[in-house]
Amino acid sequence: MRELSLHLLDIAENSIAAEAKCIKIVVNEDSRSDLLQMIVEDDGMGMSTEMVEKVIDPFTTTRTTRKVGLGIPLLKAAAEACNGFLTIDSQPGKGTKIFVQFQRSHIDRMPLGDLVTTMMNLLVANLQIHWIFQYQYNGKVFVFDDQPIKNELEDMPLTEPGILNCIREMLKSGIMEINPDFSTDQVSISK
Amino acid sequence: MSTIKSLDDLKRAKEEALKKRELKATSGAAQVIVGMGTCGIAAGARDTMKAILETIEQDSITGVIVTQTGCIGLCEREPIVQVIIGEQPKVTYGKVTPEVARKIMKEHVEAGKIVTNNVINL
Repeated sequence: MRELSLHLLDIAENSIAAEAKCIKIVVNEDSRSDLLQMIVEDDGMGMSTEMVEKVIDPFTTTRTTRKVGLGIPLLKAAAEACNGFLTIDSQPGKGTKIFVQFQRSHIDRMPLGDLVTTMMNLLVANLQIHWIFQYQYNGKVFVFDDQPIKNELEDMPLTEPGILNCIREMLKSGIMEINPDFSTDQVSISK
Repeated sequence: MSTIKSLDDLKRAKEEALKKRELKATSGAAQVIVGMGTCGIAAGARDTMKAILETIEQDSITGVIVTQTGCIGLCEREPIVQVIIGEQPKVTYGKVTPEVARKIMKEHVEAGKIVTNNVINL
């Protein structure tokens, strides 16, 4: 995967599979301490210590444990290649928190990529989940909580044309306000 | 000048959408499912889904539900998209690039014509 936001999408899939009701995604960029951190936190079914060890190692993850595959080992390897690390904090019945850190300026750190599209996809395709997205840049914080939007829309799906546009703009402008250099089309190498 | 969209903007968008829905109430509800497992994402499923959402916006398609699913065991044919229209049987598409996704939205979801080239026979 070429973008950190693709990894976020992938890691969030685990939370969805773990039947989470609320999923919080935090991206924290700090040029002063030269760190880029990401957190995916859910209130899903959680994992035992034994299971946590398994999901970190790609070679002991079996096909029957369908919930987690290669996603976490891939992200862990990407972080470790950039003077970073990945930790998993999980408790059965309580939920899981994945924390990953990169040296922001590291030459091998992949770009954050199209964060807004990742958020849009998660929001639109998983209406039953309460999503909280938080983007931080050098101490400034933008929080997007989908509850006010869903309350406003009542039973209307987010996939109505005008609404899609409205939500995308909310995300984009919120991020751009605290980091004017953030480009939502940073890596358009999809062709 | 602040360009942040507020809940008021959302309210307006909702009212417009409601009006459009009333006009098109006769068309059967369509469901579009995108495979978003690690395999799907690595194969480009996120941009496939982006293309689907963009087509909904551009063509003002109303009444479509877009959802996602995990790996369905056909990793080599990812990105996979499934389309269900009304009571019709589910159609599964493989190798759905953004371009193919736009085609599926226009021909299948909007016009009811299956895009045979990319159909996977399960």
